Amino acid sequence: MYDKGKIVAGLVIFFIILAFPFWYNLGQSSPAPELELTDKAKQAEKCVEDTALMTREHMQLLHEWRDSVARDGNRIYVSENGDEHVISLSDTCMDCHSNKADFCDRCHNYVSADPYCWDCHTFPEENN
Amino acid sequence: MNAAYLYSLIAVVLLGLISYAGVAVAGLEGFFGIFIPYAALVLFVAGFANRIVTWGKTPVPFRIPTTSGQQKSVPWIKHDRLDNPSNTVGVIGRMALEILLFRSLFKNSRVGFSDVGGYRKIYYKWVVWLWLFALLFHYAFLVTVVRHLRFFTEPVPFFVGMLETVDGMMQVGAPGVYLSGVVLFGMAMLLLLRRIVLPKVKYISIAADYFPLLLIIGIAVTGILMRYFVKVDVGAVKELTMGLATLQPSIPEGGISALFYVHLFFVSLLLAYIPFSKLMHMGGVFLSPTRNLANNSRAVRHVNSWNYPVKTHTYEEYEDDFREKMKEAGLPVEKE
Repeated sequence: MYDKGKIVAGLVIFFIILAFPFWYNLGQSSPAPELELTDKAKQAEKCVEDTALMTREHMQLLHEWRDSVARDGNRIYVSENGDEHVISLSDTCMDCHSNKADFCDRCHNYVSADPYCWDCHTFPEENN
Repeated sequence: MNAAYLYSLIAVVLLGLISYAGVAVAGLEGFFGIFIPYAALVLFVAGFANRIVTWGKTPVPFRIPTTSGQQKSVPWIKHDRLDNPSNTVGVIGRMALEILLFRSLFKNSRVGFSDVGGYRKIYYKWVVWLWLFALLFHYAFLVTVVRHLRFFTEPVPFFVGMLETVDGMMQVGAPGVYLSGVVLFGMAMLLLLRRIVLPKVKYISIAADYFPLLLIIGIAVTGILMRYFVKVDVGAVKELTMGLATLQPSIPEGGISALFYVHLFFVSLLLAYIPFSKLMHMGGVFLSPTRNLANNSRAVRHVNSWNYPVKTHTYEEYEDDFREKMKEAGLPVEKE
């Protein structure tokens, strides 16, 4: 092999970079975070829509809600099964899910999602 | 229809259907979610190392500096340090420009004939488009790959978050649109259309050109679908990918949409396919003899590396053999 030193060094560096996730996470396991539901959320049993749907699509729903309120002035959301809900992140969503740190943030931090909801909305319970 | 891209398209669609049906119908989550990714990674590493070592064993007898610059010669002729480097520093500069900015492709030109008063006149035109599409494509791909580290690290390192912020700075919709994903898909489509629409390029394109492009388009489409249209449970996805990264693989309870497994299968295929295809240019670019050798042929003697010892018989030896006979015949000799 010609220029063995340089070529092998290059290969080794490449494989070390490639293996970044393996050595970065070495020796730890990272299961998905457990979400804590408040008593109020437990009692309600169901969010505005089905739980699986909310897990996957809440961001889209909230985005549509924002446009609905801010642009159309419409504050009523009719869910799949006909229930009516007042559209409000602070007063509807966070009424049940008042534990932002143990509910919203756990998943968001886990998947590195950084929503800008709380750039404008604030929560008095949280004394930052 | 051209068989080369038709077959490639059919192959990619079939592979997608196989993985979709494999998970959705046959319930082979373990096979497509754990076995295939690890197998692909092993194939990639072994194949990549093997390919590089094979190339490393290939002798390069001469400096073959394809240049568009003046070689280093006498002090009063200006030497082009980047295009015709005479030392390692210059070579590093040339390689960096090649790898980071695709400088050779930037010099892409088109030859054609123009009609000037009834005569055909040859022209050479600088064409920037391929370079532009290729550069955007590669950087969008790089950003996309680095962004995906959020699925393979816990806690997610700061640079991934920074990249996500910059990549999503348009703040369109929720989840926010990433520029890299859109650019990656768009440029891959342009590179594909280029091979289908331009007759000369189409003529030299074979299935091995279309297949990787279609595979990458498949990856982009499934990824974009999962993020913006048919949502999947990202938490469950990360649980699976973190299992892979911590070598404790498991399939998350509750399951993930089969679309995710199609995405994962396409990515695994691409990874395993790299060492055996043109995509190996990611390693090969570092070993381009026309780029990584300094043009110092005038300063340093380069001996052909496959030279074998040649039996020689010098004039001195010849004269030693025949000196007396040469003297008799009246021929001049160097040594008496």
